Formats: sequence, structure tokens, C-alpha cells
Amino acid sequence: MEKGEEEKPTKAGSRLCCICNQRRAALKRPKTLQQICRECFYEVFEEEIHQVIVENQLFKPGERVAIGASGGKDSTVLAYVLSELNRRHNYGLDLFLLSVDEGITGYRDDSLETVKRNEIQYGLPLKIVSYKDLYGWTMDEIVKMIGLKNNCTFCGVFRRQALDRGAALLKVDKVATGHNADDIAETVLLNILRGDIARLSRCTSIVTGEDGPIPRCKPFKYTYEKEIVMYAYFKRLDYFSTECIYSPNAYRGFAREFIKDLERIRPRAILDIIQSGEDFRISTFTKMPEQGTCERCGYISSQKWCKACVLLEGLNRGLPKLGIGRSRGPNNDRKNGTKETNGAKSIESKQCGTLDF
Amino acid sequence: MACNPSNCQSNCYGNKEKAEIVVVGEEYVSTNQNLCIKCKTNEPIGGDEGRMFCVECFRSNLYGKFRLAVTSHAMITPTDNVLVAFSGGPSSRVALQFVHELQHKSLKNFDASRDRSLPVFGVGVAFIDETTISPLPSHDIDRAIQDIRLIVSNLAPPIKQLHVVPIENIYSGDGMNRLKNLLDAVSDTTGKEDLLLHLRMSSLQKVASESGYNKIVLGLCTSRIACHVISATVKGQGYSLPADIQYVDSRWEIPVVLPLRDCLVQELNMLCHLDGLKTVELLKGPCSGINGLVSSFVRVLQEENPSRECTIVRTAGKLTPFHFNRIPESDDSVIPLATRRRQKRYNLKPNESISSETFCPICNSPLNKSDMLRLSNLGSCRTSSDSFGAACCSSCRFQILPKDPSSIDHFYSLLPQPLVARAKHSSYDNLSLLREQIQDCLLSDNEDES
Repeated sequence: MEKGEEEKPTKAGSRLCCICNQRRAALKRPKTLQQICRECFYEVFEEEIHQVIVENQLFKPGERVAIGASGGKDSTVLAYVLSELNRRHNYGLDLFLLSVDEGITGYRDDSLETVKRNEIQYGLPLKIVSYKDLYGWTMDEIVKMIGLKNNCTFCGVFRRQALDRGAALLKVDKVATGHNADDIAETVLLNILRGDIARLSRCTSIVTGEDGPIPRCKPFKYTYEKEIVMYAYFKRLDYFSTECIYSPNAYRGFAREFIKDLERIRPRAILDIIQSGEDFRISTFTKMPEQGTCERCGYISSQKWCKACVLLEGLNRGLPKLGIGRSRGPNNDRKNGTKETNGAKSIESKQCGTLDF
Repeated sequence: MACNPSNCQSNCYGNKEKAEIVVVGEEYVSTNQNLCIKCKTNEPIGGDEGRMFCVECFRSNLYGKFRLAVTSHAMITPTDNVLVAFSGGPSSRVALQFVHELQHKSLKNFDASRDRSLPVFGVGVAFIDETTISPLPSHDIDRAIQDIRLIVSNLAPPIKQLHVVPIENIYSGDGMNRLKNLLDAVSDTTGKEDLLLHLRMSSLQKVASESGYNKIVLGLCTSRIACHVISATVKGQGYSLPADIQYVDSRWEIPVVLPLRDCLVQELNMLCHLDGLKTVELLKGPCSGINGLVSSFVRVLQEENPSRECTIVRTAGKLTPFHFNRIPESDDSVIPLATRRRQKRYNLKPNESISSETFCPICNSPLNKSDMLRLSNLGSCRTSSDSFGAACCSSCRFQILPKDPSSIDHFYSLLPQPLVARAKHSSYDNLSLLREQIQDCLLSDNEDES
């Protein structure tokens, strides 16, 4: 199953890079299993991303673009590669680093230090927005209240808004995030497993939220996580490599394990999943939820209140399950994206945690 | 606490609450009462899987799902002659049993009726004999076949013909060596397993067509379909996936129907156990490669949440099916008007034209846009084996066709006739379709047809 592999041993055990045929192969490329040298790896890695940007018309000259920067490998490599490509190919972009402080001690405070160093190393202005400032709660405080089951839901919802608010403060035209091919493949699988047909139809889009406040794009959509790690490793880029301390319980872990096993058998499966996600034909009337604004904060929302406000309300009122699962709160009358035609009858309308037998 | 498992992100379904609430099919109950939830009189079957229904209600619930699928999709009508594909496993055993019960009832009605207006549909059984390519000792398979003969002969009246079809029969003439060489030419494990699946279907199609059947019944159940949803996604077959998972699949010469589509494998196992339905467990070898990985993945998910398989199939069920995913129109006036009215036509919009799909000659999947584009961009002067390779979907080209272009000729020569015919048919169709579109710009009349 190895594509394009050439073996030209010069000395015992050493092979030449199969692209340039000059330098010694230093690594096996995770996406294609080609044996190539470091320089050729940098080249194909960067060139593929450049092609993705060009073919999908992700940027326009003169745009101000905020790079969602967590200090982790994806966003660090994104910041590095984008500034490099911006120079090399004259994209004409004004790049910024935008970081979100969720207030997770022992994790975020460390990774923020990395971003601050990135600001200096890459010469990109940095803005940090914190949950504490925006919402009055840190993730540590949230977890203390709700436990370890739904915390990722809170964090994800809050972060999305935080990024938008930060982007608005920076007056940028776009946000670029470091979501990679593995992430998107996991999301496709997750949406199938969880029955979220509406999200399934949107999750493979390389640009989202064009009709919202600030569109966001994913230049790493076809880039393998392993290759990002490899790039960061060989280039000795400065990044923070620990997993979020609250993540072990996430359901996404199932999908991630599976994809890792899959990659071992057939590396191209990750791209195949994305291809499948793009090819799924989903009839339009199940796709887009009605779009309006949140009555409480004015943020874009398909319901009366945006998800962040619902969750916040729950936190402030000591109702940890408000907004988790199917809720019948202030959002009663707006239609839900995924309609079940069979399945649970009376029970599904109850909120998680409010049923008693 | 209960919440919709497909939306709830709290994983509460997977922990201790599971002991109190079990979902089988579509009903919830608390087992605080120790009674069947349907009839409320008898005791539930018991054990992990049998917490809700008593034996009678369980059986009737399962048969009810089968019957609903059959009637609402016009799967079996009085003038039909259906071929039940029987592998020996629990799903096809139950399919065979239920089809027999339906036929038996129909026969009783026929005998009892005065005007004998509604004929009894015919049922045959097919078993694909893979002795020539199986790693199992042939006497094991022979014994299995004897068991199968016994099972089928006991399902009478009405008597059903059993067709034991050696898989090499898809070749005209001596196919044993060609088949072996064909499978050896596939280096990818998953590709080999999938090719075998396609050959099995071709085999069924051939025996059905040659023996006068007009429908094929498969025992494909929710659990297997859930695995297929994931594995098709993982192989880049997202475009064609909906074609394989509907109740009806008419892209074949003999339409294929799935009456057990809404049944879980644990229910089918339970029924075989309760009713002593004999199954013949021929180990087809461990499923390795991607298919095996997906099976264990879905099993883990199902253990964590017993409604996961249903959710997966329900999600995939929301993908738009194809125009061939329904029983072809037949003007059979023997079918009562009431039955015809109950036939569900999939909710295609009235003005949706039947778009013509082009199919991969190996797996018979409709080709997606990029495959079609690639096909139409090729030049016209090609050898048959090149045409064949070009007509295949990208998944088959990756995992089944040989990597080395110089080996494609050899591979093509090993293919059985049905697959070769499909390629010629599809490329001819495609070419003439393209030609129609550009007809008004063609200047020359003598076009070189390849």
C-alpha cells in the first residue's frame, strides 16, 4: 500500500528522497508513506496548504486575519506557515494572533505563555480574551459546578463566541483556525454517531459562518495531524503539547481512537472520510436552521437565546443541565435541526436530569 | 435520567442508568414493574437482552417489524417469486423463517378462499458455496450444506427449492482457477473482502435470473447496516452509501429487498435461541482490515449505548436515497388496490427527474461527481481493460484494482462475465449520453466508437 516509494540504497540501509533523489530520506510521510528528505517535506507540506488556500479562495489581498492561537501545535504551525506563505506568495494579509483564556490552571496558563512567545517569534500582534472577562466564569469554576461530563460542551460554545468577540475587537475580516484533517474526520464520524444530520451537512465546509459576524476558515482541512506534529518537530517550533486536563471523558475520544487505528491500516482513510462527508447528499430543508439573533446578547443564534446565554443562565441559576440535551426552555418554539420521526416518545422532551420515576 | 441518546452529550446512557432503562427498538421502560411492557401480563424473557417483552410479545414485535417493511415497500406481492439468500447465520435464518411464515399463511388463505383470486408467492433459497476459496476443510462445508438442506426441507409446505451455488459459477466454463487468481491479484485485505462481497451478489443475481426469480431477499439487519455506514464513510463511499441501506435496491437486474432492516442482530439472535431456529455457523474467517476494525468499533459503541446502531442507521437514513431505491412500477392488477396504496413511494419531490447514474462495474455503486468528471475527461481510444479501470469508482480503483497499470490487463482477463458486461454497458451508456449533449456541434457523421 505504499505509494510512490522508491528504494535506491546508496549505502547499507540508506535511501534517497523519492522527490528530489538527491538528499537522504529522513522520514516517511504519514499521508502517503513516501520516503522523503526534510527539505522536500517542508516543501510539499507548505505547497499543499498554499494550494488549498488558492483553490478555495480563502483569503483576499488586504484582509485582516486573526489566527486562533491556543499555543498548541496546530495553531503554532498555522501561524508559522501562514506568515511564511503570506510573505512568499504575497497574499497581502495583515495577520494577528487571537487567543482565548478559558481559565484552566495547569493547562491554559502554561499554553498562553507559549502564545506570548509566538507573538515575539513570529512578529504577530496578540490579543487575549478570557472567559472570566466575557462570562464571569472560568472553566475551573464551571467544572467544579457541573462535573466532568458536559464540560466540553460549555467550553466549545463559549470559545466560539469568545473568538468572535476577540475578532471584533481586533477588527479583523476573518478568523483562521488550526482544525486539521483528523479533527474534521472525527467530527464527521461523531455527527453520524450522534444523529446530527444538520451538523453533518456543514462540518466539512472549509469556510463557515459567511453569513455571520466573522467568517472562519480551516486552511489545515486536508492536513494530517501527524504531519503537523512532524513539521513542528523538525522545524523546532515552540508549542505546548499537553492535552486539556478535562478531556479524557469526551465522547470524541471514541472517534479519535478509531481514526488512529484506521490510519495505521490505511493512511488515506482520513481524507476518504472527509470526501464522504463532502459527498453526503442531505436535502436542504433539514440543513440550515433559521438564523436570528439572541435576545439576551445579540449574538447570532438560531434560537431565541444563543447557546452561550442558555448555558450561562444555567450556571448562574445553579442548573448545570440547562441547555444540555434537548431543552424546552426559552427556545421552545424554534424548530430544532434534527427531527426524530420515530424513537423516544414522551421521554425525549424532558430535560436531562429532570425526570423522576 | 433519560434523554435522547442521539443528542445528549452527557454519556449518562452509558453508565449506571443503563441498568434501569433499556432501549430495544423504539420503546423505553423502567423495569421496576416486572412485566412485559406490551401485554402487561407475562413475565419478560429475562437476562440482559430480554428485559422488556415476554416471549410472545417479543416474537410478534419482531415479526411485526418484518411484516411492516414488507407491506409498506411492496417487497413481496402475490405474483412474486422470491429468492432468499441464506448464509446459515441468524439474520438470514430469521429472514427465511419469516418469509416462510408469510408464505405459509398465504397458502392457508388461498386454500380457504373460494375464488382463489390471490396466488401464493413462490420462495426459493440460495446458498453460495465458497468451498473452492475457503480456508475451511471441505467436509465441514459439506456437512453445513447437509444441515441447510434439512432446514429448508423442514420449511414446508409450501416446498422451497434450495440452490447450492458454487461461487465459481459466475464464470462461464471452468472458473475455479480464474477466481482464485482474481482474488490473489488483490493485495489489499479489505479490497479482497469487499470484492468477495460483490462476487457473492453477482452470484445471487445470476442464479435468481436464471431460475426465474424476480426478487432477492437479504437478511441484512440494523446492526450490519450500521457497520456498513461507518465502513462506507471510511472508504470514501459517502456518495453511494444511501443506495445500499434502503429497504429496496432496484439497480440490480433482480431487485434486492431488506425486510429485516429495522431489526437488531441481538433480537435476531434471541429469536433463534427462543424458537430453536437452527443456524449453520460457517466461520468465514475473521474479518480483518478495515471491515474488522469497524465491526469492533461499532460493537464497543453499542455496548456503551444500546441504541447506537439504531441512531447510526437513522442518521444515514436521512441521506437522500436514489431513484432506484424503490420497487419498480409494475402494472400487476392482481395486487389489490389497498396493497398498492400502502406501498410507500419514497418522498422524492414530484418534479425531480430520474437522473441517470453511472455505476462502478465492480461494486455497482453510483459514481460521484469527481469520478464522473475523470471518466468524461478521458480520451476515446483505449483498450477494454483501460476502459474498465476508468469506469470504476475511486474506492475500487484504490483497494481492488492492481496498483501497477501494467497488471490491469491481466486483472481484467480474470474478471467474470457479469462484471465485464457491466463495464461495457456503463461506458456505452455514458458515451452515448455525452454524445447526445454535444450532438449539435459534431460535424462528422462517422464517429469512431470505442
